[in-house]
Amino acid sequence: MAKIRVVHYINQFFAQIGGEEKADHKPEAREGFVGPGMAFNAAFGDKAEIVATVICGDSYFNENLETATKEVLSMISSYKPDLVIAGPAFNAGRYGMACGTVAAAVKEQLGIPAVTGMYIENPGADGFKTKVHIIATKNSAAGMKDAVAAMVPFALKLVSGEKIGSSAEEGYIPNGIRVNFFEEKRGSERAVDMLLKKLKGEPYVTEFPMPDFDRVPPNKAIKDITKAKIALVTSGGIVPKGNPDHIESSSASKYGKYDINGITDLTEATYETAHGGYDPVYANLDADRVLPVDVLREYETQGKIGSLHRYFYTTVGNGTSVANSKAYALAIGKELVADGVDAVILTST
Amino acid sequence: MVKEIERAGLPVVHICTVVPISLTVGANRIVPAVAIPHPLGNPSLTPAEEKEIRSKLVDKALIALSTEVTDQTVFEMS
Repeated sequence: MAKIRVVHYINQFFAQIGGEEKADHKPEAREGFVGPGMAFNAAFGDKAEIVATVICGDSYFNENLETATKEVLSMISSYKPDLVIAGPAFNAGRYGMACGTVAAAVKEQLGIPAVTGMYIENPGADGFKTKVHIIATKNSAAGMKDAVAAMVPFALKLVSGEKIGSSAEEGYIPNGIRVNFFEEKRGSERAVDMLLKKLKGEPYVTEFPMPDFDRVPPNKAIKDITKAKIALVTSGGIVPKGNPDHIESSSASKYGKYDINGITDLTEATYETAHGGYDPVYANLDADRVLPVDVLREYETQGKIGSLHRYFYTTVGNGTSVANSKAYALAIGKELVADGVDAVILTST
Repeated sequence: MVKEIERAGLPVVHICTVVPISLTVGANRIVPAVAIPHPLGNPSLTPAEEKEIRSKLVDKALIALSTEVTDQTVFEMS
């Protein structure tokens, strides 16, 4: 039997083209495997082969979602693959969105099996888990070996048309589709077992997790914005020059609160970004590009808003865990309410 | 973060470039921005033109904060 033809989708970083300064790299296709494709190709053995790799910069993809998807898709289809692998993206948000978009489009528009991999907290996982199989991976590229070991057999199974088992068996992120199977013990026994464990304080796994609809309904609009006290918050990592609190460039362990009383403009000499997940050149030259203090200060003087809150809050949203982000925002929200702020402008990069 | 601050009781407008991420994380008022490394600016323009773009985005954000919404709403730039 001829080898299964695989096309691999990766970003500019894994293609070793460059980091954030190359994130606007346009789609390109190369024959054979590139970067992590080597490990995939080795794991495929004589069953499958990566015939081509399509590479696209994460920023280019996300900023030009429709065009980029089209370009990438036409490159992929030109190699007539039997299977498409995207990523894995681990906890890289834009890469995850790109992998999810590509894999879902390949499946829906080209009718070709596709699989990707990412960390459960990657926004791409939530966005695409119902559209395409996403193998759960660790949160960094250190988990590449495990990811390959899980994605390869799953992908081959997908191509062969073999029945796909439940998420727990196969290792994909639950997609909301139930798989029927016969349990050895009947329901009443299992329920009692679970109850006994619960009473003893032992860990147990529910068979029917409640859906996690974590949505917050929108708050009432501001009646008169010219009287409102507006606060600025950002996940774009804007900090006073020198980053006095040493907020980490990724996986931030803290947030900063900085006094902007009397400041009318963020300049190259006074502010910069601590964020390591995007090209910092533009924000370092003029941090107003991320945190619009200049405009809001003018609006305050002109009476277009009531006032700009004396402090801005900042952290680095780059591989920062959802739990941490939540905790920061909880603390920030409390302070803002206590300080009589009426509304918040939150900027993200 | 948007969600937790909203939960605290304050209306939040999220200015960001990758709108699908904003929708996924549960922002209710969303204003699409210019580009990932410079959401409220554009280094290829003159400083005056750049300021104008920034002002327009902030205007849009203020409109978003002044508009009642019942569900996730994207306030596109006209």
